[in-house]
Amino acid sequence: MNKKIKLLALLVFLFVGFSYGCISNTNTSTTSTVSEKPKVLTISTTTSLYDTGILENVVAPIFKEKYNIELRFIPKGTGGAILDAKSGASDAILVHALSKEQAFMEEGYGVNRKVFAYNFFVIVGPKDDPAGIRGLSVTEALKKIVEYGRAHPDQLVWVSRDDGSGTNTKEIALWKNAGFEFEALKNESWFGTTGSGMGNTLLYTSERNAYTLSDIGTYLKYQKEGKINLDVLVDKGEELINVYAIIIINPEKIPGKDFEGAMLLAEWLTSEEGQKAIAEYGKDEFGRPLFYPAVPVLKSQEGDVFKWILKYGFMKDGDKYTECPEKFRYKPTYDFFEFPASVVEG
Amino acid sequence: MAWDYIIQGFSEAIKLIDDPYVIEIALRSIKVSGMATLIAVVWSLPLSVLLGLRDFPGKWLVKTLINGLMGVPTVIWGLVLYLMFVPLGPLGSLGLLYTEMGISIGQALLITPIIMSIVVSSLESIEGEIRELALTLGADEIRASLQVVRESIGGIVLAIIAAFNRAISELGIALMIGGNIYVKGGVYNTRVLTTAIQMYTVRAEVSIAIALGIILMGIVLTVNLLSNFVRKWLA
Repeated sequence: MNKKIKLLALLVFLFVGFSYGCISNTNTSTTSTVSEKPKVLTISTTTSLYDTGILENVVAPIFKEKYNIELRFIPKGTGGAILDAKSGASDAILVHALSKEQAFMEEGYGVNRKVFAYNFFVIVGPKDDPAGIRGLSVTEALKKIVEYGRAHPDQLVWVSRDDGSGTNTKEIALWKNAGFEFEALKNESWFGTTGSGMGNTLLYTSERNAYTLSDIGTYLKYQKEGKINLDVLVDKGEELINVYAIIIINPEKIPGKDFEGAMLLAEWLTSEEGQKAIAEYGKDEFGRPLFYPAVPVLKSQEGDVFKWILKYGFMKDGDKYTECPEKFRYKPTYDFFEFPASVVEG
Repeated sequence: MAWDYIIQGFSEAIKLIDDPYVIEIALRSIKVSGMATLIAVVWSLPLSVLLGLRDFPGKWLVKTLINGLMGVPTVIWGLVLYLMFVPLGPLGSLGLLYTEMGISIGQALLITPIIMSIVVSSLESIEGEIRELALTLGADEIRASLQVVRESIGGIVLAIIAAFNRAISELGIALMIGGNIYVKGGVYNTRVLTTAIQMYTVRAEVSIAIALGIILMGIVLTVNLLSNFVRKWLA
Protein backbone atom coordinates (compact mmCIF):
# COMPACT_ATOMS: atom_id res chain seq x y z
CA MET A 1 0.00 0.00 0.00
CA ASN A 2 2.67 2.48 1.02
CA LYS A 3 4.76 1.58 -1.99
CA LYS A 4 1.75 2.28 -4.22
CA ILE A 5 1.23 5.68 -2.70
CA LYS A 6 4.86 6.57 -3.21
CA LEU A 7 4.77 5.48 -6.81
CA LEU A 8 1.62 7.43 -7.39
CA ALA A 9 3.16 10.50 -5.82
CA LEU A 10 6.09 10.12 -8.15
CA LEU A 11 3.80 9.87 -11.17
CA VAL A 12 1.81 12.92 -10.15
CA PHE A 13 5.03 14.80 -9.49
CA LEU A 14 6.31 13.88 -12.95
CA PHE A 15 3.08 14.94 -14.63
CA VAL A 16 2.85 18.27 -12.82
CA GLY A 17 6.52 18.99 -13.40
CA PHE A 18 6.15 18.14 -17.06
CA SER A 19 3.10 20.35 -17.49
CA TYR A 20 4.78 23.17 -15.64
CA GLY A 21 7.83 22.89 -17.83
CA CYS A 22 5.60 23.12 -20.88
CA ILE A 23 3.70 26.10 -19.57
CA SER A 24 6.84 28.09 -18.91
CA ASN A 25 8.17 27.09 -22.32
CA THR A 26 5.34 27.91 -24.69
CA ASN A 27 5.53 31.61 -24.12
CA THR A 28 9.06 32.00 -25.36
CA SER A 29 8.32 35.05 -27.41
CA THR A 30 11.01 36.56 -29.56
CA THR A 31 10.99 39.73 -27.52
CA SER A 32 11.32 38.22 -24.08
CA THR A 33 12.47 41.55 -22.74
CA VAL A 34 8.89 42.77 -22.84
CA SER A 35 7.66 41.63 -19.47
CA GLU A 36 4.08 42.77 -19.81
CA LYS A 37 1.64 41.16 -22.22
CA PRO A 38 1.18 43.08 -25.43
CA LYS A 39 -2.29 44.34 -26.25
CA VAL A 40 -4.26 42.15 -28.59
CA LEU A 41 -6.52 43.08 -31.49
CA THR A 42 -8.97 40.52 -32.81
CA ILE A 43 -9.48 40.83 -36.55
CA SER A 44 -12.04 38.72 -38.39
CA THR A 45 -10.78 38.30 -41.91
CA THR A 46 -11.80 36.75 -45.20
CA THR A 47 -10.13 33.44 -45.98
CA SER A 48 -8.76 34.70 -49.29
CA LEU A 49 -6.51 37.15 -47.46
CA TYR A 50 -5.65 34.67 -44.74
CA ASP A 51 -4.85 31.68 -46.95
CA THR A 52 -2.19 33.59 -48.86
CA GLY A 53 -0.27 34.07 -45.62
CA ILE A 54 0.09 37.84 -45.99
CA LEU A 55 -1.55 38.55 -42.63
CA GLU A 56 0.44 36.14 -40.48
CA ASN A 57 3.75 36.58 -42.26
CA VAL A 58 3.79 40.28 -43.07
CA VAL A 59 1.15 42.39 -41.36
CA ALA A 60 1.23 40.85 -37.87
CA PRO A 61 5.02 40.90 -37.31
CA ILE A 62 5.47 44.48 -38.54
CA PHE A 63 2.50 45.71 -36.54
CA LYS A 64 3.73 44.01 -33.40
CA GLU A 65 7.18 45.49 -33.76
CA LYS A 66 5.82 48.96 -34.40
CA TYR A 67 3.08 49.23 -31.78
CA ASN A 68 3.57 46.17 -29.55
CA ILE A 69 0.03 45.12 -30.41
CA GLU A 70 -0.54 41.50 -31.30
CA LEU A 71 -3.00 40.75 -34.09
CA ARG A 72 -5.29 37.78 -33.73
CA PHE A 73 -6.71 36.81 -37.09
CA ILE A 74 -9.86 34.72 -37.23
CA PRO A 75 -10.22 33.44 -40.78
CA LYS A 76 -13.85 33.19 -41.84
CA GLY A 77 -15.72 34.08 -44.98
CA THR A 78 -16.97 37.64 -45.18
CA GLY A 79 -20.36 36.46 -43.90
CA GLY A 80 -18.79 34.65 -40.95
CA ALA A 81 -16.52 37.61 -40.22
CA ILE A 82 -19.53 39.90 -40.07
CA LEU A 83 -21.37 37.52 -37.72
CA ASP A 84 -18.29 37.34 -35.50
CA ALA A 85 -18.13 41.13 -35.40
CA LYS A 86 -21.82 41.49 -34.58
CA SER A 87 -21.51 39.15 -31.63
CA GLY A 88 -18.64 41.24 -30.33
CA ALA A 89 -15.72 38.94 -31.04
CA SER A 90 -13.64 41.30 -33.15
CA ASP A 91 -12.26 44.85 -33.16
CA ALA A 92 -12.21 45.22 -36.94
CA ILE A 93 -13.02 43.18 -40.03
CA LEU A 94 -11.19 42.72 -43.34
CA VAL A 95 -13.75 42.05 -46.03
CA HIS A 96 -14.46 42.19 -49.76
CA ALA A 97 -18.19 42.16 -50.40
CA LEU A 98 -19.58 45.64 -50.94
CA SER A 99 -23.26 44.79 -50.53
CA LYS A 100 -22.66 42.99 -47.23
CA GLU A 101 -20.35 45.72 -46.00
CA GLN A 102 -23.00 48.31 -46.73
CA ALA A 103 -25.64 46.34 -44.81
CA PHE A 104 -23.22 45.87 -41.91
CA MET A 105 -22.62 49.61 -41.71
CA GLU A 106 -26.28 50.51 -42.18
CA GLU A 107 -27.07 48.41 -39.11
CA GLY A 108 -24.66 50.60 -37.18
CA TYR A 109 -21.95 48.04 -36.49
CA GLY A 110 -19.17 49.39 -38.68
CA VAL A 111 -17.46 52.75 -39.08
CA ASN A 112 -14.50 54.41 -40.84
CA ARG A 113 -14.23 52.00 -43.76
CA LYS A 114 -10.95 52.15 -45.70
CA VAL A 115 -10.13 50.46 -48.99
CA PHE A 116 -6.56 49.11 -48.83
CA ALA A 117 -5.99 46.55 -51.58
CA TYR A 118 -7.42 45.02 -54.72
CA ASN A 119 -6.81 42.17 -57.10
CA PHE A 120 -8.98 40.20 -59.50
CA PHE A 121 -11.23 37.21 -59.45
CA VAL A 122 -10.61 34.57 -62.09
CA ILE A 123 -12.53 31.61 -63.41
CA VAL A 124 -10.21 28.61 -63.26
CA GLY A 125 -10.68 25.15 -64.68
CA PRO A 126 -8.99 22.13 -66.22
CA LYS A 127 -6.27 22.69 -68.83
CA ASP A 128 -8.19 20.94 -71.59
CA ASP A 129 -11.19 23.21 -70.92
CA PRO A 130 -14.01 20.84 -71.97
CA ALA A 131 -16.64 23.58 -71.78
CA GLY A 132 -14.59 25.83 -74.08
CA ILE A 133 -14.60 29.06 -72.07
CA ARG A 134 -10.98 30.16 -72.45
CA GLY A 135 -10.73 33.88 -73.13
CA LEU A 136 -14.47 34.56 -73.18
CA SER A 137 -16.21 37.32 -71.25
CA VAL A 138 -17.51 36.33 -67.83
CA THR A 139 -21.17 36.21 -68.89
CA GLU A 140 -20.43 34.17 -72.00
CA ALA A 141 -18.25 31.79 -70.04
CA LEU A 142 -20.89 31.17 -67.38
CA LYS A 143 -23.53 30.52 -70.04
CA LYS A 144 -21.21 27.99 -71.65
CA ILE A 145 -20.62 26.28 -68.31
CA VAL A 146 -24.35 25.91 -67.67
CA GLU A 147 -24.83 24.55 -71.17
CA TYR A 148 -22.02 22.05 -70.72
CA GLY A 149 -23.22 21.10 -67.26
CA ARG A 150 -26.77 20.44 -68.37
CA ALA A 151 -25.43 18.30 -71.20
CA HIS A 152 -23.33 16.30 -68.73
CA PRO A 153 -25.59 15.94 -65.69
CA ASP A 154 -23.55 13.05 -64.29
CA GLN A 155 -20.35 15.11 -64.05
CA LEU A 156 -19.26 17.72 -61.55
CA VAL A 157 -18.69 20.79 -63.71
CA TRP A 158 -18.84 23.79 -61.39
CA VAL A 159 -17.77 24.07 -57.74
CA SER A 160 -19.15 26.87 -55.60
CA ARG A 161 -17.93 27.90 -52.15
CA ASP A 162 -21.47 28.61 -50.99
CA ASP A 163 -20.20 29.86 -47.63
CA GLY A 164 -21.43 33.45 -47.63
CA SER A 165 -17.93 34.71 -48.32
CA GLY A 166 -16.99 37.70 -50.45
CA THR A 167 -15.98 35.43 -53.32
CA ASN A 168 -19.28 33.62 -53.05
CA THR A 169 -21.17 36.93 -52.99
CA LYS A 170 -19.34 37.92 -56.18
CA GLU A 171 -20.13 34.56 -57.75
CA ILE A 172 -23.86 34.96 -57.06
CA ALA A 173 -23.79 38.42 -58.64
CA LEU A 174 -21.96 37.09 -61.71
CA TRP A 175 -24.52 34.29 -62.16
CA LYS A 176 -27.26 36.89 -61.90
CA ASN A 177 -25.62 39.02 -64.60
CA ALA A 178 -25.51 35.99 -66.83
CA GLY A 179 -29.23 35.42 -66.22
CA PHE A 180 -29.16 32.56 -63.72
CA GLU A 181 -30.44 32.18 -60.18
CA PHE A 182 -27.74 30.78 -57.90
CA GLU A 183 -30.26 29.10 -55.59
CA ALA A 184 -31.84 27.30 -58.53
CA LEU A 185 -28.49 26.24 -59.99
CA LYS A 186 -27.53 24.64 -56.67
CA ASN A 187 -30.19 22.00 -57.27
CA GLU A 188 -28.69 20.86 -60.55
CA SER A 189 -26.58 17.73 -60.46
CA TRP A 190 -23.46 19.16 -62.15
CA PHE A 191 -23.23 22.02 -59.66
CA GLY A 192 -21.31 21.25 -56.45
CA THR A 193 -20.75 23.23 -53.26
CA THR A 194 -18.02 22.91 -50.60
CA GLY A 195 -19.14 25.31 -47.88
CA SER A 196 -15.52 25.99 -47.03
CA GLY A 197 -12.67 28.40 -47.68
CA MET A 198 -10.95 29.30 -50.94
CA GLY A 199 -7.94 27.03 -50.54
CA ASN A 200 -10.01 23.98 -49.75
CA THR A 201 -12.38 24.70 -52.64
CA LEU A 202 -9.49 24.99 -55.11
CA LEU A 203 -8.07 21.65 -53.98
CA TYR A 204 -11.43 19.99 -54.45
CA THR A 205 -12.00 21.62 -57.85
CA SER A 206 -8.61 20.47 -59.06
CA GLU A 207 -9.22 16.97 -57.74
CA ARG A 208 -12.50 16.73 -59.66
CA ASN A 209 -11.38 18.53 -62.84
CA ALA A 210 -14.10 21.12 -62.50
CA TYR A 211 -14.41 24.92 -62.82
CA THR A 212 -14.66 27.48 -60.05
CA LEU A 213 -14.38 31.19 -59.30
CA SER A 214 -11.29 32.08 -57.24
CA ASP A 215 -9.45 35.16 -56.14
CA ILE A 216 -6.16 35.36 -58.01
CA GLY A 217 -4.06 35.46 -54.83
CA THR A 218 -5.05 32.10 -53.40
CA TYR A 219 -5.01 30.55 -56.89
CA LEU A 220 -1.44 31.70 -57.59
CA LYS A 221 -0.17 30.50 -54.25
CA TYR A 222 -1.68 27.05 -54.64
CA GLN A 223 -0.75 26.67 -58.29
CA LYS A 224 2.84 27.74 -57.63
CA GLU A 225 3.19 25.28 -54.79
CA GLY A 226 1.97 22.50 -57.06
CA LYS A 227 -1.08 21.72 -54.97
CA ILE A 228 -3.54 22.23 -57.80
CA ASN A 229 -3.51 21.82 -61.53
CA LEU A 230 -5.90 24.41 -62.95
CA ASP A 231 -5.63 27.10 -65.61
CA VAL A 232 -6.87 30.67 -65.47
CA LEU A 233 -9.46 30.65 -68.24
CA VAL A 234 -11.36 33.91 -67.73
CA ASP A 235 -9.71 36.99 -66.26
CA LYS A 236 -11.04 39.86 -68.36
CA GLY A 237 -13.78 42.21 -67.35
CA GLU A 238 -14.32 44.98 -64.88
CA GLU A 239 -16.86 42.97 -62.89
CA LEU A 240 -14.02 40.65 -61.82
CA ILE A 241 -12.29 43.29 -59.72
CA ASN A 242 -11.95 42.35 -56.07
CA VAL A 243 -11.67 45.21 -53.58
CA TYR A 244 -10.55 44.67 -49.96
CA ALA A 245 -11.54 47.03 -47.18
CA ILE A 246 -11.10 47.28 -43.42
CA ILE A 247 -14.10 48.28 -41.31
CA ILE A 248 -13.73 49.33 -37.68
CA ILE A 249 -16.31 48.14 -35.17
CA ASN A 250 -18.46 50.98 -33.89
CA PRO A 251 -17.57 51.42 -30.20
CA GLU A 252 -20.98 53.01 -29.55
CA LYS A 253 -22.75 49.87 -30.74
CA ILE A 254 -20.47 47.25 -29.20
CA PRO A 255 -18.71 48.62 -26.11
CA GLY A 256 -15.41 47.31 -24.87
CA LYS A 257 -13.74 47.07 -28.25
CA ASP A 258 -10.30 48.48 -28.92
CA PHE A 259 -11.29 51.31 -31.25
CA GLU A 260 -7.92 53.09 -31.12
CA GLY A 261 -5.97 49.94 -31.89
CA ALA A 262 -8.22 49.08 -34.81
CA MET A 263 -7.87 52.62 -36.15
CA LEU A 264 -4.09 52.25 -35.96
CA LEU A 265 -4.30 49.12 -38.09
CA ALA A 266 -6.48 50.83 -40.71
CA GLU A 267 -4.06 53.73 -40.73
CA TRP A 268 -1.04 51.47 -41.11
CA LEU A 269 -2.62 49.37 -43.89
CA THR A 270 -3.26 52.51 -45.95
CA SER A 271 0.04 54.19 -45.04
CA GLU A 272 2.95 54.22 -47.45
CA GLU A 273 4.69 51.49 -45.47
CA GLY A 274 1.63 49.25 -45.37
CA GLN A 275 0.86 49.75 -49.05
CA LYS A 276 4.45 48.88 -49.91
CA ALA A 277 4.27 45.70 -47.83
CA ILE A 278 1.11 44.69 -49.70
CA ALA A 279 2.70 45.41 -53.09
CA GLU A 280 5.81 43.40 -52.26
CA TYR A 281 4.14 40.30 -50.89
CA GLY A 282 4.58 37.27 -53.09
CA LYS A 283 6.72 39.00 -55.72
CA ASP A 284 9.76 36.85 -55.07
CA GLU A 285 7.85 33.67 -54.62
CA PHE A 286 5.25 33.90 -57.37
CA GLY A 287 6.85 36.33 -59.78
CA ARG A 288 3.98 38.76 -59.29
CA PRO A 289 2.24 40.33 -56.33
CA LEU A 290 -0.84 38.60 -54.95
CA PHE A 291 -2.48 41.91 -54.04
CA TYR A 292 -2.17 45.41 -55.40
CA PRO A 293 -2.12 48.46 -53.13
CA ALA A 294 -5.26 50.55 -53.69
CA VAL A 295 -4.12 53.91 -52.33
CA PRO A 296 -1.68 54.85 -55.16
CA VAL A 297 -4.42 54.13 -57.74
CA LEU A 298 -6.93 56.27 -55.85
CA LYS A 299 -4.37 59.06 -55.57
CA SER A 300 -3.54 59.01 -59.27
CA GLN A 301 -7.25 59.03 -60.28
CA GLU A 302 -6.35 57.57 -63.64
CA GLY A 303 -6.99 54.46 -65.65
CA ASP A 304 -9.63 51.78 -65.87
CA VAL A 305 -8.76 50.19 -62.56
CA PHE A 306 -9.42 53.46 -60.76
CA LYS A 307 -12.94 53.55 -62.21
CA TRP A 308 -13.54 49.90 -61.40
CA ILE A 309 -12.47 50.30 -57.79
CA LEU A 310 -14.96 53.15 -57.46
CA LYS A 311 -17.71 51.24 -59.19
CA TYR A 312 -17.27 47.95 -57.33
CA GLY A 313 -15.56 48.97 -54.09
CA PHE A 314 -16.94 52.39 -53.18
CA MET A 315 -20.30 53.36 -51.76
CA LYS A 316 -22.59 55.78 -53.50
CA ASP A 317 -23.50 58.67 -51.25
CA GLY A 318 -25.68 61.25 -53.02
CA ASP A 319 -23.69 62.50 -55.99
CA LYS A 320 -20.40 61.12 -54.67
CA TYR A 321 -18.58 57.82 -54.64
CA THR A 322 -16.92 57.40 -51.26
CA GLU A 323 -15.01 54.82 -49.25
CA CYS A 324 -17.14 55.59 -46.26
CA PRO A 325 -20.29 57.72 -46.36
CA GLU A 326 -20.38 60.72 -43.96
CA LYS A 327 -22.91 59.12 -41.62
CA PHE A 328 -20.62 56.16 -40.97
CA ARG A 329 -17.64 58.22 -39.85
CA TYR A 330 -16.82 58.15 -36.17
CA LYS A 331 -14.02 60.29 -34.73
CA PRO A 332 -11.88 59.65 -37.80
CA THR A 333 -8.12 60.07 -37.51
CA TYR A 334 -7.58 59.79 -41.26
CA ASP A 335 -9.12 61.13 -44.47
CA PHE A 336 -11.44 59.28 -46.81
CA PHE A 337 -11.27 59.15 -50.59
CA GLU A 338 -14.35 60.45 -52.34
CA PHE A 339 -14.98 61.49 -55.92
CA PRO A 340 -17.88 63.02 -57.84
CA ALA A 341 -20.13 60.42 -59.44
CA SER A 342 -19.38 61.86 -62.87
CA VAL A 343 -15.92 60.25 -62.70
CA VAL A 344 -17.52 56.82 -62.96
CA GLU A 345 -20.70 57.54 -64.86
CA GLY A 346 -19.59 60.55 -66.84
CA MET B 1 3.72 7.14 -58.19
CA ALA B 2 0.88 7.29 -55.72
CA TRP B 3 3.16 6.46 -52.80
CA ASP B 4 5.89 8.86 -53.79
CA TYR B 5 4.48 11.96 -52.23
CA ILE B 6 3.61 10.15 -49.01
CA ILE B 7 7.15 8.79 -48.70
CA GLN B 8 8.52 12.22 -49.50
CA GLY B 9 6.17 13.72 -46.93
CA PHE B 10 7.47 11.32 -44.30
CA SER B 11 11.11 11.99 -45.05
CA GLU B 12 10.52 15.75 -44.86
CA ALA B 13 8.46 15.26 -41.71
CA ILE B 14 11.37 13.62 -39.91
CA LYS B 15 13.42 16.78 -40.48
CA LEU B 16 10.58 18.95 -39.24
CA ILE B 17 10.05 17.17 -35.94
CA ASP B 18 12.56 19.26 -34.01
CA ASP B 19 11.53 22.48 -35.73
CA PRO B 20 10.89 25.11 -33.03
CA TYR B 21 7.47 25.91 -34.51
CA VAL B 22 6.40 22.26 -34.36
CA ILE B 23 7.74 21.91 -30.81
CA GLU B 24 5.88 25.03 -29.73
CA ILE B 25 2.59 23.67 -31.03
CA ALA B 26 3.18 20.29 -29.40
CA LEU B 27 3.98 21.90 -26.06
CA ARG B 28 0.89 24.07 -26.29
CA SER B 29 -1.22 20.96 -26.87
CA ILE B 30 0.20 19.30 -23.77
CA LYS B 31 -0.20 22.47 -21.75
CA VAL B 32 -3.79 23.16 -22.79
CA SER B 33 -4.97 19.57 -22.37
CA GLY B 34 -2.96 19.10 -19.16
CA MET B 35 -4.66 22.19 -17.79
CA ALA B 36 -8.03 20.81 -18.90
CA THR B 37 -7.29 17.54 -17.09
CA LEU B 38 -6.27 19.36 -13.89
CA ILE B 39 -9.44 21.46 -13.93
CA ALA B 40 -11.62 18.45 -14.63
CA VAL B 41 -9.97 16.42 -11.85
CA VAL B 42 -10.49 19.22 -9.34
CA TRP B 43 -14.24 19.24 -9.81
CA SER B 44 -14.83 15.61 -10.79
CA LEU B 45 -13.14 13.81 -7.92
CA PRO B 46 -15.18 15.23 -5.02
CA LEU B 47 -18.37 14.74 -7.01
CA SER B 48 -17.42 11.19 -7.92
CA VAL B 49 -16.65 10.33 -4.29
CA LEU B 50 -20.04 11.69 -3.26
CA LEU B 51 -21.71 9.75 -6.00
CA GLY B 52 -19.80 6.54 -5.41
CA LEU B 53 -20.08 6.39 -1.63
CA ARG B 54 -23.43 7.97 -0.85
CA ASP B 55 -26.91 6.77 -1.53
CA PHE B 56 -29.58 9.30 -2.26
CA PRO B 57 -32.87 9.34 -4.17
CA GLY B 58 -32.39 9.97 -7.88
CA LYS B 59 -28.82 8.67 -7.87
CA TRP B 60 -29.47 6.43 -10.87
CA LEU B 61 -30.71 9.48 -12.76
CA VAL B 62 -27.48 11.37 -12.15
CA LYS B 63 -25.46 8.36 -13.26
CA THR B 64 -27.53 7.98 -16.40
CA LEU B 65 -27.02 11.66 -17.14
CA ILE B 66 -23.23 11.37 -16.77
CA ASN B 67 -23.12 8.34 -19.04
CA GLY B 68 -25.27 10.21 -21.53
CA LEU B 69 -22.92 13.21 -21.46
CA MET B 70 -20.06 10.94 -22.49
CA GLY B 71 -21.71 10.66 -25.87
CA VAL B 72 -21.92 14.38 -26.64
CA PRO B 73 -19.90 14.99 -29.82
CA THR B 74 -17.10 17.53 -29.57
CA VAL B 75 -18.62 19.72 -32.27
CA ILE B 76 -21.72 20.09 -30.14
CA TRP B 77 -19.56 21.18 -27.21
CA GLY B 78 -17.84 23.56 -29.62
CA LEU B 79 -21.13 24.99 -30.82
CA VAL B 80 -22.65 25.38 -27.35
CA LEU B 81 -19.49 26.90 -25.89
CA TYR B 82 -19.09 29.28 -28.84
CA LEU B 83 -22.60 30.59 -28.21
CA MET B 84 -21.79 30.91 -24.50
CA PHE B 85 -18.34 32.46 -24.82
CA VAL B 86 -18.97 34.91 -27.64
CA PRO B 87 -18.68 38.41 -26.10
CA LEU B 88 -22.39 39.11 -26.40
CA GLY B 89 -23.26 35.65 -25.08
CA PRO B 90 -24.14 34.80 -21.47
CA LEU B 91 -20.50 34.07 -20.50
CA GLY B 92 -18.99 36.65 -22.85
CA SER B 93 -17.64 38.76 -20.03
CA LEU B 94 -15.15 36.02 -19.11
CA GLY B 95 -13.25 36.72 -22.33
CA LEU B 96 -12.62 33.04 -23.03
CA LEU B 97 -13.29 32.90 -26.77
CA TYR B 98 -10.15 32.38 -28.87
CA THR B 99 -7.94 31.78 -25.82
CA GLU B 100 -5.96 28.80 -24.50
CA MET B 101 -7.97 28.91 -21.28
CA GLY B 102 -11.18 28.73 -23.31
CA ILE B 103 -10.01 25.49 -24.92
CA SER B 104 -8.97 24.12 -21.50
CA ILE B 105 -12.36 24.84 -19.95
CA GLY B 106 -14.14 23.32 -22.94
CA GLN B 107 -12.01 20.18 -22.87
CA ALA B 108 -12.44 19.94 -19.10
CA LEU B 109 -16.21 19.83 -19.61
CA LEU B 110 -15.76 17.21 -22.31
CA ILE B 111 -13.70 14.87 -20.13
CA THR B 112 -15.56 15.35 -16.85
CA PRO B 113 -18.09 12.58 -17.56
CA ILE B 114 -15.25 10.23 -18.57
CA ILE B 115 -13.40 10.74 -15.29
CA MET B 116 -16.57 10.53 -13.24
CA SER B 117 -17.90 7.35 -14.74
CA ILE B 118 -14.58 5.48 -14.38
CA VAL B 119 -13.98 6.70 -10.83
CA VAL B 120 -17.54 6.03 -9.67
CA SER B 121 -17.54 2.48 -11.00
CA SER B 122 -14.14 1.71 -9.47
CA LEU B 123 -15.30 3.12 -6.12
CA GLU B 124 -18.47 1.06 -6.24
CA SER B 125 -16.65 -2.16 -7.08
CA ILE B 126 -14.47 -1.80 -4.00
CA GLU B 127 -16.83 -0.09 -1.62
CA GLY B 128 -18.83 -2.98 -0.10
CA GLU B 129 -16.11 -5.21 1.26
CA ILE B 130 -13.57 -2.55 2.23
CA ARG B 131 -16.09 -0.43 4.04
CA GLU B 132 -17.38 -3.44 5.98
CA LEU B 133 -13.85 -4.43 6.87
CA ALA B 134 -12.87 -0.95 7.98
CA LEU B 135 -15.99 -0.57 10.07
CA THR B 136 -15.48 -3.92 11.81
CA LEU B 137 -11.90 -2.89 12.56
CA GLY B 138 -13.34 0.09 14.41
CA ALA B 139 -12.94 2.93 11.90
CA ASP B 140 -15.60 5.61 11.80
CA GLU B 141 -17.64 6.42 8.69
CA ILE B 142 -15.28 9.07 7.33
CA ARG B 143 -12.16 6.98 7.78
CA ALA B 144 -13.87 4.03 6.19
CA SER B 145 -14.74 6.16 3.17
CA LEU B 146 -11.18 7.44 2.95
CA GLN B 147 -9.95 3.87 2.98
CA VAL B 148 -12.22 3.10 0.03
CA VAL B 149 -10.86 6.05 -1.94
CA ARG B 150 -7.31 4.98 -1.16
CA GLU B 151 -7.97 1.47 -2.39
CA SER B 152 -9.38 2.68 -5.70
CA ILE B 153 -6.48 4.99 -6.46
CA GLY B 154 -5.58 2.85 -9.47
CA GLY B 155 -8.96 3.49 -11.04
CA ILE B 156 -8.54 7.21 -10.44
CA VAL B 157 -5.15 7.26 -12.16
CA LEU B 158 -6.55 5.32 -15.12
CA ALA B 159 -9.42 7.79 -15.38
CA ILE B 160 -7.04 10.75 -15.43
CA ILE B 161 -4.88 9.19 -18.13
CA ALA B 162 -7.85 8.30 -20.32
CA ALA B 163 -9.20 11.82 -19.89
CA PHE B 164 -5.93 13.48 -20.89
CA ASN B 165 -5.75 11.34 -24.01
CA ARG B 166 -9.28 12.25 -24.95
CA ALA B 167 -8.61 15.95 -24.44
CA ILE B 168 -5.38 16.13 -26.42
CA SER B 169 -6.84 14.25 -29.37
CA GLU B 170 -10.09 16.17 -29.80
CA LEU B 171 -10.50 18.69 -32.60
CA GLY B 172 -13.96 20.26 -32.35
CA ILE B 173 -13.49 22.36 -29.23
CA ALA B 174 -9.90 23.34 -30.02
CA LEU B 175 -10.97 24.58 -33.43
CA MET B 176 -14.21 26.35 -32.59
CA ILE B 177 -13.21 27.88 -29.26
CA GLY B 178 -9.48 28.26 -29.90
CA GLY B 179 -9.68 29.42 -33.50
CA ASN B 180 -6.25 28.01 -34.48
CA ILE B 181 -4.59 31.40 -34.05
CA TYR B 182 -0.90 31.77 -34.70
CA VAL B 183 1.35 34.80 -34.84
CA LYS B 184 5.10 34.33 -34.67
CA GLY B 185 6.23 34.94 -31.11
CA GLY B 186 2.66 35.66 -30.12
CA VAL B 187 1.34 35.49 -26.60
CA TYR B 188 -2.26 34.82 -27.63
CA ASN B 189 -1.67 31.86 -29.92
CA THR B 190 -4.12 28.98 -29.76
CA ARG B 191 -2.81 26.66 -32.46
CA VAL B 192 -2.57 23.13 -31.07
CA LEU B 193 -1.63 19.80 -32.67
CA THR B 194 -5.10 18.79 -33.82
CA THR B 195 -6.05 22.15 -35.33
CA ALA B 196 -2.66 22.46 -37.01
CA ILE B 197 -2.93 18.97 -38.53
CA GLN B 198 -6.40 19.80 -39.83
CA MET B 199 -5.21 23.09 -41.33
CA TYR B 200 -2.09 21.72 -43.03
CA THR B 201 -3.96 18.75 -44.43
CA VAL B 202 -6.57 21.03 -45.95
CA ARG B 203 -3.85 23.27 -47.31
CA ALA B 204 -2.14 20.19 -48.77
CA GLU B 205 1.07 20.88 -46.84
CA VAL B 206 1.54 17.21 -46.20
CA SER B 207 4.98 17.01 -44.61
CA ILE B 208 4.31 19.35 -41.72
CA ALA B 209 0.94 17.67 -41.14
CA ILE B 210 2.70 14.31 -40.93
CA ALA B 211 5.34 15.68 -38.55
CA LEU B 212 2.65 17.01 -36.23
CA GLY B 213 0.73 13.75 -36.58
CA ILE B 214 3.76 11.70 -35.56
CA ILE B 215 4.16 13.84 -32.45
CA LEU B 216 0.49 13.57 -31.52
CA MET B 217 0.60 9.80 -31.92
CA GLY B 218 3.79 9.75 -29.88
CA ILE B 219 2.13 11.59 -27.00
CA VAL B 220 -0.99 9.43 -27.08
CA LEU B 221 1.00 6.18 -27.23
CA THR B 222 3.33 7.25 -24.43
CA VAL B 223 0.39 8.07 -22.22
CA ASN B 224 -1.19 4.74 -23.13
CA LEU B 225 1.98 2.89 -22.18
CA LEU B 226 1.90 4.72 -18.89
CA SER B 227 -1.66 3.57 -18.39
CA ASN B 228 -0.70 -0.05 -19.11
CA PHE B 229 2.14 0.26 -16.63
CA VAL B 230 -0.32 1.50 -13.99
CA ARG B 231 -2.67 -1.38 -14.78
CA LYS B 232 0.12 -3.94 -14.35
CA TRP B 233 1.24 -2.40 -11.12
CA LEU B 234 -2.29 -2.61 -9.82
CA ALA B 235 -2.65 -6.29 -10.70
